[in-house]
Amino acid sequence: MTISFMPPFLIFLIGAFFALFLRGKVLKWWIIIVPALALVNAFILPKGFVYDIHFIGLNLVPIRIDQLSYVFGLIFCIISLLNSIYAYGMDDYRHHVAALLTEAAALGVVFAGDYFSLFFFWELKALSTSFLVAIGGREGSLKASFRYLLMHVTGGVFLLGGILLHFHQTGSIAFNYLGLTNLASLLILIGFGINAVFPLLHTWLPDAYPQASYAGTVVLSAFTTKSAVYTLARAFPGTEALVVVGVVMTAFPIFFAVIENDMRKVLSYSLINQVGFMVTGIGIGTALSLNGTVAHAFAHILYKALLFMSMGAVFKQTGKINATELGGLFRTMPWTLTFCIVGAASISGVPLTSGFVSKSMIVAASAHQGLTIVWFMLLFASAGVFHHSGIKIPFFAFFSHDSGLRPKEAPFHMLLAMGIAAFLCIAIGVYPWALYSILPFPVHYVPYAPNHVMEMVELLGFSALAFTLLMLSGIYPPEMRAINLDFDWVYRRSLQLFMYFDRKVIVVFEDKVVNTAYEWLFLNPIMFFARFFKGVDTYVVDGTVNGSAKATYSVSKSLRKLQTGNLQDYMILFVIGILILACVVILLRGGI
Amino acid sequence: MNPYKFFEKPNSLKITLIVLFSFLAIVTVLDLVIKRSAEYGFEKFPSFFSVYGFVACVVLVLVAKFVLRPIVKRKEDYYDD
Repeated sequence: MTISFMPPFLIFLIGAFFALFLRGKVLKWWIIIVPALALVNAFILPKGFVYDIHFIGLNLVPIRIDQLSYVFGLIFCIISLLNSIYAYGMDDYRHHVAALLTEAAALGVVFAGDYFSLFFFWELKALSTSFLVAIGGREGSLKASFRYLLMHVTGGVFLLGGILLHFHQTGSIAFNYLGLTNLASLLILIGFGINAVFPLLHTWLPDAYPQASYAGTVVLSAFTTKSAVYTLARAFPGTEALVVVGVVMTAFPIFFAVIENDMRKVLSYSLINQVGFMVTGIGIGTALSLNGTVAHAFAHILYKALLFMSMGAVFKQTGKINATELGGLFRTMPWTLTFCIVGAASISGVPLTSGFVSKSMIVAASAHQGLTIVWFMLLFASAGVFHHSGIKIPFFAFFSHDSGLRPKEAPFHMLLAMGIAAFLCIAIGVYPWALYSILPFPVHYVPYAPNHVMEMVELLGFSALAFTLLMLSGIYPPEMRAINLDFDWVYRRSLQLFMYFDRKVIVVFEDKVVNTAYEWLFLNPIMFFARFFKGVDTYVVDGTVNGSAKATYSVSKSLRKLQTGNLQDYMILFVIGILILACVVILLRGGI
Repeated sequence: MNPYKFFEKPNSLKITLIVLFSFLAIVTVLDLVIKRSAEYGFEKFPSFFSVYGFVACVVLVLVAKFVLRPIVKRKEDYYDD
């Protein structure tokens, strides 16, 4: 059959390649044209299309378009366009190249039908995203990007190990339902899990995301964790362990978010919380919960990007991002504030926003399966996310105490990107059936049942009351300039401990024992032979060479006498030479 | 022009609180009217979700402030040594 569409990742790869050479206005239009084309292309992707090639005995499937991959591909194209509009004012071409590469890699992952294509794009994504962190331009950007890369390369090793083992056992590299059954699948799960911010493996996210540039964090927030959610939904639906993992993910980050000072770090923790809902949905594994996971990923990408965009705008306009240094911005940034509130309402699941129609499917699925504790925890997490993302983010940035900052409103292109994202958040909330119609399973769920709306309004309303009372009474923890340790303390301190051990023990041992032994066993014998050959060299070889040099010198000394430097001498020599030559010629020809 | 200018007024906090409290009062009354189709028995209690949301947030903040922060809080240059 003829291909009437472009593989989505190819558009972005070509886009990234040309972005390397374009500059100025041309580049800025180019980064908008590329995702716009990709979005148009996404609408004509034929569902059920599989493209495979046989290569060195393997069946590679670089493109597999089905209902699941299509939804993720579509939202990735939408958010890529919004990212480009948002970053229109960014002069650094490296940002655009890395963003386009990240988008290419994420689309490659969701449309990959075999493990090798998946792994290729997986690693490309790790590289391009860590580059985005590295060029963040903040004090800790470079170091954070190395830690980020270290985690992701480790994840990649787990994934590759799992894939090779799986291939060895089954002889197949097709990327389909796997289930947690053996060591191979466990390794693959851990590989996916590092990207899906599983608890204790999550530290790279709140560590690195706040270190990227104002536009870089928006790109990061959309692709890495959500493509991992896609791979989990593909390979591990109904894996019970994921329910536990997901619930823990929804609960613990909200405590960190409450005491965190850096606003983009607050959003990073709430990102983990939201991905926790998706992982729980995958673990439950019913049609309702999987639909909920996919819908929630779709909605989440939009409102999370919107929230990061609004905080990025604040960061860009004020140069500050800590709650202690912000406040009172409602006076000069009303549009950014409005869009921020839409994002905050959506992440909290306020009725008529996208979070309400997607998250509630997962919560309802846990109730249908009789998972009482899970249901309680998800409700707790819903109240908590409203508390720290829904209220804390807009409140501390735009209201709270007056910081005295009077920044200009964000530039038009940034407001446009935020406006489109905010519009989509509300559109999905008001008319969820457009989203429901593209989900992997038929949807029978009714989001706007009266009692369901009431439950959410009560939960959120009284969370807001709790926030208000705690603020008024002064119990709410004051924002302070400090960092909060996370589990990466263990990684970082153990590495430091290792380095200390390395300096104090390994280096000393090497110096005192290994080097001495080496000296006696190898260095000294070699030196002995070297001295012997040096003697040979000096007396035999050099003697010969010097002798011939002396001979040449005396010959050239006598020859030098011929070189007087006077023109008449040379003329005479020239004439004599011609005469001799003539004589020789005559003699050889045997007479005139 | 900027609707948020409202918050510069001295009585804005008072008005906001009045709006919030009356909204919550209406919600609590409505809760008694709207019939529930509960998955579990305890959801049928009036204002179950209100109480749960309130308690959850208070617990969240208290635990974060008095348990988590003392454990994890460090100076901003903690890792720089």
